[in-house]
Amino acid sequence: MLTFEHLSKTYADGTRALSDINLSVRNGEIVALVGGSGCGKTTLLRLIAGLDRASAGAIKLEGEVLSGPHPSVGIVFQEPRLLPWLSVFDNIAFGLDHVSAAERKARVEHALEKVGLSEHARRWPRDLSGGQQQRISIARAFVTNPKVLLLDEPFSALDAFTRASLHEHLLGLWEETRPTVVLVTHDVHEAVTLADRAVVMQPKPGRIFDELPLTLSRPRDKTELPFETSVRRVLTALDHSLKPSHQKPQRERDRQAAALWW
Amino acid sequence: MSGDIATSAWSSQQGAAALAAPSLAGKRRAFDWRVLLGFFLPIAVAILWEAAVHAGLAQGRLVPPPSRIFVTLWALAKTGELWTHTWMTLWRVVVGFVIGGLAGIVFGALSGSSQTLRRLLDPTLQALRAIPSIAWVPLFILWLGIFEASKVALIAVGVFFPVYLGIAGAILSVDRKLVEVGQVFRLSRAKLARRILLPAVLPEGVIALRSGLGLGFMFVVAAEFMGASEGLGYLLVDGQQMGKPDQILAAIIAFALLGKLADSLLVLATRPLVRWQDTVRERL
Repeated sequence: MLTFEHLSKTYADGTRALSDINLSVRNGEIVALVGGSGCGKTTLLRLIAGLDRASAGAIKLEGEVLSGPHPSVGIVFQEPRLLPWLSVFDNIAFGLDHVSAAERKARVEHALEKVGLSEHARRWPRDLSGGQQQRISIARAFVTNPKVLLLDEPFSALDAFTRASLHEHLLGLWEETRPTVVLVTHDVHEAVTLADRAVVMQPKPGRIFDELPLTLSRPRDKTELPFETSVRRVLTALDHSLKPSHQKPQRERDRQAAALWW
Repeated sequence: MSGDIATSAWSSQQGAAALAAPSLAGKRRAFDWRVLLGFFLPIAVAILWEAAVHAGLAQGRLVPPPSRIFVTLWALAKTGELWTHTWMTLWRVVVGFVIGGLAGIVFGALSGSSQTLRRLLDPTLQALRAIPSIAWVPLFILWLGIFEASKVALIAVGVFFPVYLGIAGAILSVDRKLVEVGQVFRLSRAKLARRILLPAVLPEGVIALRSGLGLGFMFVVAAEFMGASEGLGYLLVDGQQMGKPDQILAAIIAFALLGKLADSLLVLATRPLVRWQDTVRERL
């Protein structure tokens, strides 16, 4: 279980990037963080990855407070961020310093096969296309068998076809070890394709507006009606999150109404 | 001709595959003859000047024709004088380059990797850099004598600053995004330096060393002007005092060849370190 307790982040210049985030993510769950720009999605991910420090509150993984980069947490950035001086193979093996050479080879080759780039193992990153580089970056994160995998809009720079194929590669890798996944995205279709739950965030200061369970069965068919309905629900929530007039989400008002009814 | 190759490539299955995915070996084999175009201008000027002197249109006393320069060069080479002078100059540059380069790398690394050290070192070094290096000559002669030590010291000073600036700048400009990759995988400071910072600064480091070497050749001339009995710079001064422009030009040509050769060797030696680079450097 990955939990956020009263998590806040205020930057040195006074910007309140996150304010009182409370959320828990079940093991093996895929949660999509969606929201307009500047609502703190990426900040939240950087806090979990240990690249930034929270101003207040805590992030706990199985009860253990995360206070820096953790071996059980892997991240895929928005850009591939491959090390240009390492071959594709060595890039994937970058985080596998501690395992034996034979095991490293086996794990990297398996990951390469899973992302369909086995024949490129000995090439330089510069020789690969953007989509291929991002696949390598996903493989690099998966190969250490993280319990929590963070994805920071990893597909946003890719065209729709490449994106769809990367979704499949990602789910293929996820099926194997079923890590908890926190996916930041601004693409509602992507959220509905991949996630078990969409968390809609609201800017200024960044906070959670609403949570929508996405209980469609896998594999998901994008042409079916339930898919479309889910997309519409998330879009509506997003729309409301960006309108200042809706100060409180529907859920909150329902709760108050329920209280009155008693 | 090349059209033929292209057509046959398109018409055959194998050729089409080769065109679609040109191999590295194929790229290396293809030689662009246009690089020879660069030789056209100097050779044309040389031939014209030679013809002008032969036809009696010019005297060629102060600007000797190429044939006379090469005769002088040849004579110097035959008596072995050229090699003694070249070796002397090369020795000075190499020793000065190694000392100045190492110092530049060490100080550059220190000032690039720690803000405290940068605050401590950088202002002083920048102030020293503002001094024209030739201004050190009298002091170095007083301190180190008129023999090799003062010359090597001057060259080392000349090499030091571009290397220092290049290395420090390269470390400061390492992509934060790549450093974060190292942080996510929890590399220690030492490992971060070895696995991310070091390879990331290599390309700029090589450029810094190359400009350092270039300045080393510049300063060896200055050093040899200030009283030497051997070296290509001595040949220059000697040629001036004896009124032998052909000897001066011969020494200049030797300098050009030596400098180019040293630079090419440096590039060749460092190429394995930066072959991953995604740039057009290979074509330059």
